[in-house]
Amino acid sequence: MNEESKKHILRALTENVRYDGRKDLDYREMSLEVGVARNAEGSARIKIGNTEVIVGIKMELGKPYPDTPNEGCLMVGAELLPLSNPAFESGPPSIQAVELARVVDRGIRESHAIDIKKLCITPGELVWFINIDICSINDEGNLFDAASIATIAALKDTKLPGVKNNLVDYKSKTKTPLPLNKEPIEVTVHKIGDKFIIDPLTEEEAVIDGRLTVCCTKEGNICALQKGGDYPLTAEDIAKMVEIALTKSKELRKLL
Amino acid sequence: MTYTKRLDGRKFDETREIEAKTGIIKRAHGSAMFKIGNTIAYAAVYGPRELYPRFMQNPQKGTLRVHYNMMPFSSGGDRVRPGTSRRSKEISYVTEKALLPVLDLNDFPNAVVDIFIELPQTDAGTRCAGICAASMALADAGITMKDLVSSISVGKVDDKVVVDLNYDEEAYEDGGVADIPVAMIARTGEITLLQMDGEVTSEDLKNALEMAKKASIKITEVQRKALKEKYEVPK
Amino acid sequence: MGNLLIKDKQVVVPGEELANGMDYLPGSGTYRDNDTIISTRLGLVNVDGRAIKIIPLSGEYLPKKNDTIIGKVIDVTLNGWRLETNSAYSALLSMKDGTSEFIQRGADLTQYHTFGDYLVVNIFNVTSQKLVDVTMRGPGLRKLGPGRVIKVNPTKVPRIIGNQGSMISMIKQHTDCQITVGQNGLIWLSGSPKNEVIVVETIRKIENESHVSGLTERIQKFLEKNSKGVQK
Repeated sequence: MNEESKKHILRALTENVRYDGRKDLDYREMSLEVGVARNAEGSARIKIGNTEVIVGIKMELGKPYPDTPNEGCLMVGAELLPLSNPAFESGPPSIQAVELARVVDRGIRESHAIDIKKLCITPGELVWFINIDICSINDEGNLFDAASIATIAALKDTKLPGVKNNLVDYKSKTKTPLPLNKEPIEVTVHKIGDKFIIDPLTEEEAVIDGRLTVCCTKEGNICALQKGGDYPLTAEDIAKMVEIALTKSKELRKLL
Repeated sequence: MTYTKRLDGRKFDETREIEAKTGIIKRAHGSAMFKIGNTIAYAAVYGPRELYPRFMQNPQKGTLRVHYNMMPFSSGGDRVRPGTSRRSKEISYVTEKALLPVLDLNDFPNAVVDIFIELPQTDAGTRCAGICAASMALADAGITMKDLVSSISVGKVDDKVVVDLNYDEEAYEDGGVADIPVAMIARTGEITLLQMDGEVTSEDLKNALEMAKKASIKITEVQRKALKEKYEVPK
Repeated sequence: MGNLLIKDKQVVVPGEELANGMDYLPGSGTYRDNDTIISTRLGLVNVDGRAIKIIPLSGEYLPKKNDTIIGKVIDVTLNGWRLETNSAYSALLSMKDGTSEFIQRGADLTQYHTFGDYLVVNIFNVTSQKLVDVTMRGPGLRKLGPGRVIKVNPTKVPRIIGNQGSMISMIKQHTDCQITVGQNGLIWLSGSPKNEVIVVETIRKIENESHVSGLTERIQKFLEKNSKGVQK
């Protein structure tokens, strides 16, 4: 069923023409806006083509986990809202939403992008919890990359709320930003047949054989990986896809 | 104690600033954004489309389903836990009832029209903003409707009847507060949603509903303008 | 006695009052409340003598008898195929209507049409419960080959086809693409990759500007500008 559409997409890719006229490694037009959800401590809205994602950050105070008494906590959640795609259903997060959240989480956590030791107020008693919530508003492909860059933008936009009697006073905002040391950005490279593309359209996402999400730091290192898709990738594929991701991440970084 | 000046300086019969736009969610069949003060509601309509689960299909008439949800970062206070709550279920239900009177479900037997309402930012009046957005989204989707539905909260803060309470007014501690969300068909004055929290006299209620009618006429104008904006011919 | 409250070709929304008095007649997309005629759709007013109707600007496709549509095979049953029609209602293509070849009883129907195939079919029956029967036997009805299928706003299909097919012919000429337009808002196209992109961009432009006069000239200019230098 998808074989015919895949063939047709591949035929166009051999001439380096995609369904919207782009070349294989072109991004669609992008725009990034911060402070879009003013009740959040930090927020950002990204548009890549018509794909739109909003990320909001809510800060909470709580008891740290027993094995990390001096560290703040990071939680990433993603909702693939049914309003963004007719195929999304209401209900608990689908595995697609869970995967998206965990991949964004890994990129931030494993790169130590946030110095969570600085989020400790009283060791063993009181630390800051960073709640990152990713909500899709319109899905026309490439939610992974959209979520990743909007998350970093939202984290940069975040200011700590005031604290009164060891409780958060949301009404008072401080000027203190989060201790953000790094800005890891994810780029997902997709393989269709023997061609690699980035920033897929919905029709392209339906026929990909494999994908690799690569989280890149400014220094050109890799801090998280996720392979997806039903078909295997060769070691050469992976090397090529990582190279593409590192190059493309520089382009995405200009938005921040 | 009297409420002589509103907390944000508005007149008693003045709504907050309103902004409305349609067609903001491209994949949806119809969509709209309705912003009143600091409350922002998005609505997206999908349908008529095939209804799953199958056993819910009604061969005699179509189904209308409303899904109301606040995004986790939307509240001025604590984070809102994702997922449905009793509150969101009730709001979904009364929103559905508020919109049904203008629709004819016989137009789409066995099928469903799904309305998704999401709020990225809230400052009271969320169900009203949701209904305003949903009404525009239905028209934007090309659904046959007898009329648009507009919705606003009215109520009483201390001794004054007011329109469009914001969060601080709802939480007003120096006197009694009554919060009355109303949905209306502006042209006929028919009421399709009416709820109340608080205590008022029947005279207060009458005055409040009159205020709601005036506001609903104004809101309907805004909704109409937003729906037509896309089709304005550039000069 | 009666007076119009709006002008012909004006954009109106549900609930908007169009005319007063019993002189005017409520056509499709309108209803009468006492002696006022009111719109039930977002669309363009069309005043034709005493009849007022609304030409909708949006709305999902509702299967109609005699429409020629493009359906996608989503299920193969014992005696036919089920097609997705870009609407809330799927269509049934029975064995006898599926092809002009003779099909043996018990034959594997996927040999003829299988999952994902796009078929040009004609609706010959729609029940009150919106059960839809289609046939592929008839002039112009056929299985579509390799190509690209896009969804458009079904209310824009007449503009995309144009007066006696003039618009769609103009697009075909400039881009050397085969194009088939279904009344259900599905359009199949096939040509060189660059030309396919031009066809899609042109169709989207028609969708967005269908209510603005001078469309044909604008589309012609657009096609001339964009198909220059594109190898056919």
